[in-house]
Amino acid sequence: MNLMMLLEMAAEGMGDRVAVVSGDDRLTYSELFEASGRAAAGLRASEVDHLAILDTSSLALPVAVFAAAWAGKPFVPLNYRLTGDELDRLVEQVLPGQLITDADRVDSLAGRSGLEVIGRGDYLAGARGEGAESLEPEWSMDPDEIAILLFTSGTTGPPKAAVIRHKHLVSYILMSVEFMSADENDAALVCVPPYHIAGMAAIASSVYAGRRIVQLPNFTPEAWLELARKEQVTNAFVVPTMLARIVELLEGEGSADLPHLRALSYGGGKMPQSVIERALKLFPETNFANAYGLTETSSTISILGPEDHRAALTSDDAKVRRRLVSVGQPLPAIEVEIRDGEGNALGANERGEIYVRGEQVSGEYLGKGSQVQEDGFFPTRDGGSLDEEGYLFIEGRIDDIIVRGGENISPGEIEDALLIHEAIADAAVVGLPDEQWGEKVVAAVVCKPDRSASEAELQQWVKDRLRSSRTPESFDFWPELPYNETGKLLRRTVRSRLMAG
Amino acid sequence: MAVLKAGTRLKSSVCSTEVMVVAAPKDDVEVTCGGAPLGALGGDTPDGGSIAEGAGEGTQIGKRYVNEAGDLEILCTKPGEGSLGVGGTLLTVKGAKPLPSSD
Repeated sequence: MNLMMLLEMAAEGMGDRVAVVSGDDRLTYSELFEASGRAAAGLRASEVDHLAILDTSSLALPVAVFAAAWAGKPFVPLNYRLTGDELDRLVEQVLPGQLITDADRVDSLAGRSGLEVIGRGDYLAGARGEGAESLEPEWSMDPDEIAILLFTSGTTGPPKAAVIRHKHLVSYILMSVEFMSADENDAALVCVPPYHIAGMAAIASSVYAGRRIVQLPNFTPEAWLELARKEQVTNAFVVPTMLARIVELLEGEGSADLPHLRALSYGGGKMPQSVIERALKLFPETNFANAYGLTETSSTISILGPEDHRAALTSDDAKVRRRLVSVGQPLPAIEVEIRDGEGNALGANERGEIYVRGEQVSGEYLGKGSQVQEDGFFPTRDGGSLDEEGYLFIEGRIDDIIVRGGENISPGEIEDALLIHEAIADAAVVGLPDEQWGEKVVAAVVCKPDRSASEAELQQWVKDRLRSSRTPESFDFWPELPYNETGKLLRRTVRSRLMAG
Repeated sequence: MAVLKAGTRLKSSVCSTEVMVVAAPKDDVEVTCGGAPLGALGGDTPDGGSIAEGAGEGTQIGKRYVNEAGDLEILCTKPGEGSLGVGGTLLTVKGAKPLPSSD
């Protein structure tokens, strides 16, 4: 198994279709295949161990992904927002390596031992150079070779590299996508960065489905809408913060006016219920899907599909309505179990840790080996529960659970309670060290514009809905909460700010 | 006869068909294309020979072919004129179960 098999099939079966669009430039599947072969020849010749990219999305991105697979080198997309020491630490891990970056960064990165720095434009020009040397259309068949090293966002500690082997990503694609299932005019708007697993999965699944990738390198809601209309985009994936901003902009305009947008999927973080409800009203004809997955599971393992969304929105049954905040049911090739702290399986509606098993599950970190257990299950460190019909509810990271006087408290539950208060726009609840209780519950909240609430009022609000041990001892009022660029709440930052007072 | 493993690439000896094994039974199985056994992709497969009668409907790229027991699944990665089979019975095309696109 090798990612190249997916591109080879696309080039063979639909070579003249446009594979990827970036601004006014584009590549067909045949052109992408040929460019990857030439880039792979250069990669093989330079005798490095990795191909890294430190850049926003461009045509160089899919070329590099497949060139690395062809030449048999791990592909390492790095977070282009990092600078200084943080970036240096990551770059050290890809030596010796080729690194593709934007023209502005070439000079500052050049000259390091073991690092061959190539500007994005030069890289693409070389790969497109007709007559340039290419490799034979042969690549390793070893399914255990590393396809991608992805540094996880590490909201709770220093970044670590998840190892995704060819067998994981190819299994994910084969189990979830039908070859050439997209219509000739289908187009997917990809605005997640290359260093996010959803960005990598989008390339692989769009190539296999035959769906044109439309790249949006720097997300703004205005740019997203403009590109979606211009390219007649049919499919898109967004993280929650992006959808929230799109919804805000569209409510100002009054209508979505995206007649081609058939499917809008979202994931990568918790979606506030108010945002998804407003989005469903703005896009009544669009099919919504909520995808849940981890870097370590090669992207999506569970989906709340379009029918589930509609049912949840219109049902009289509270149980069905509640599913709007679930991540749906596991993919057919995926098994999910909820287990307690001792590893015992739990029943329906019991809360514990989410364990997952399937061919696409890597569960491995560089230098740390596989975290997959003997029984094939990977402990995700995400808390959650399954309802009677197998709908999965996520409750946040296990490591974020607050232990107050021996009681386990899930911050998500308290945040959910606060978010339904009419004055509250956003809420983060964390545990801080406490002499008496071990940890105490504290909250940082953001009020809606022109609204306010007192600490006492919010404490009473939580107490009325949960119980007193879950009521935050103090509330800080902030203009906004800290998120990373893919919409993950930075709890570490919240905690340290609250501790600093 | 050989025990097939998921991920194994094979090619036809009588047409241009190439496949990848997606799922295979635990026991030995011999998959044929155009009536002749498949050989390893990249290995020395004797070319020549002709497509047997009744095994020439062709393979389609991207289609998955399954046996009746459902324990063998073969993905066609390159199309050809032969048909895939096991023990003289042709494999059939597996129906697609579309999932909502999630990325």
